[in-house]
Amino acid sequence: MTIFTFPFMQYALLGALITGLAAPALGTYLVQRRLALIGDGIGHVALTGVAVGLLTATSPVLTAMAVAAAGAIAIELVRARGRTSGDVALAVLFYGGIAGGVFLVSLSDGNTTANLNAYLFGSPLTTSRTDLLTMAVLGGLVLAVTLGLRPWLFAVCQDEEYARVSGLPVRGLNLLLAITTAVTVTVAMRAVGLLLVSALMVVPVATAQLVASGFRSTQRLAMLIGVAVAGGGVAIAGLSDTAPGATIVLLAIGLFALVTLASAVRRRWQRTRPEPPEPVRPPSRVVLTR
Amino acid sequence: MSVSTIPMVSKPMSVSAPVVEVDRAVAGYHDRAILHGVSLRVHRGEVLAILGANGSGKSTLLRALLGLLPLTSGSVRLFGAPLPQFRHRDRIGYVPQRLGAGSGVPATVNELVSSGRLPRRRFPWPWGAGDRQAVARAIAAVGLADRGGDRVDTLSGGQQQRAMIARALVTEPELLVLDEPTAGVDAESQVAFAAVLREFVAGGGTVVLVAHELGPLAPLVDRVVVLHEGRVVDDRAQERRP
Repeated sequence: MTIFTFPFMQYALLGALITGLAAPALGTYLVQRRLALIGDGIGHVALTGVAVGLLTATSPVLTAMAVAAAGAIAIELVRARGRTSGDVALAVLFYGGIAGGVFLVSLSDGNTTANLNAYLFGSPLTTSRTDLLTMAVLGGLVLAVTLGLRPWLFAVCQDEEYARVSGLPVRGLNLLLAITTAVTVTVAMRAVGLLLVSALMVVPVATAQLVASGFRSTQRLAMLIGVAVAGGGVAIAGLSDTAPGATIVLLAIGLFALVTLASAVRRRWQRTRPEPPEPVRPPSRVVLTR
Repeated sequence: MSVSTIPMVSKPMSVSAPVVEVDRAVAGYHDRAILHGVSLRVHRGEVLAILGANGSGKSTLLRALLGLLPLTSGSVRLFGAPLPQFRHRDRIGYVPQRLGAGSGVPATVNELVSSGRLPRRRFPWPWGAGDRQAVARAIAAVGLADRGGDRVDTLSGGQQQRAMIARALVTEPELLVLDEPTAGVDAESQVAFAAVLREFVAGGGTVVLVAHELGPLAPLVDRVVVLHEGRVVDDRAQERRP
């Protein structure tokens, strides 16, 4: 355990914990809306932003956030129009994001490709103090929006039409959710990488909803699971020298499988358990008419 | 200061204005008009049923008067105010035919009904005791008092609909708009629903509902409008039975 006395390991752990807390808090809304893969799509788009940052030697986090937010707004506008062609428009945006990122990186020289890998698959062990500060501020922002505006965001994600009849600012809330998704993606990209970011938004929520009874309890439990797998994943990766991002995600999926199995067994057990026979009360009066 | 000197604060509306006023409304989807100039007035305390076959435009009319579907021409006024300027959304309770698509994460009956209270809530004021009581009252009114903490997706279709009615009632609205309230609903829920509606009407509430057939609601309805191919073909009063 002496490895955790090194600052880089502590930064990695803290960064992962922030991600583990923020990603499921936001992901609960995406899952509720059945848009579980949208985080993945925004991750693809953010890659172009990372490449712009690497190429122009500015902070990749900031450029990634700017491009991801623009992509998220575009996706939301396509979704709000609700046409069937939206599916194709999203695909074009997603693959455009990846291709744009790889293309821009190939324009630069030398070890930028290795650098790109760090953003694709996560590289928490190289988290600097400044990175950590940025993650903390952005993570706090994500939590403030997702927890502070929960009743409004819940209403819009639960039943958008009803929210509109209620006079809620539906378009504004949707755009806010889209931008917050982009911010979450950029928070999480250091810890688990852009290709795996959606896993931390979705898998803890999928696990939590198997046992929780309501929306708020699902969100809280998902955040708890997120923190547990992120912390546990970094610890395992540090001790066994495996890729931290992948370890975190595999841990989350392992827990999901375990809980799915346990709740299936519990359901079966409840079904097979003989129920006490309901007492049959005789009717108070029986009238026979012939 | 004695109680009698406190000025009564009433919501801004002119007393004589109809609750709903649709004037020569034309609306439709993808450049295809479904409503061809529908005019309709609903007065305070009326229970209006809009009947018609599939495709007659009755749901389109409902969506147009709620502002969910923009009009191509014509106008809608609610409580005397033109629809685009109408802000007092807590005066309307809407019961859609089924729950929205957002069911990827479970919600409890309490959470669903609380979401209906939002028009009464001003950001960033916290949830007050009055809001909590209103939610509990609305859930009790539809006979789900013991199911408040249960997941909505574990309720029967009829119970889900009662939960949606509670969500509509939780702002204590003056106008209730219902889309096919009796379609696919079990007998127990239909009876519970008719009782809730009767109480709402007895309190002076106005109701606009769309239906294929009236069923157990027939005694409550005091006016029937029949739509056919996007036009009003019949509009007649009928006696409400207690």
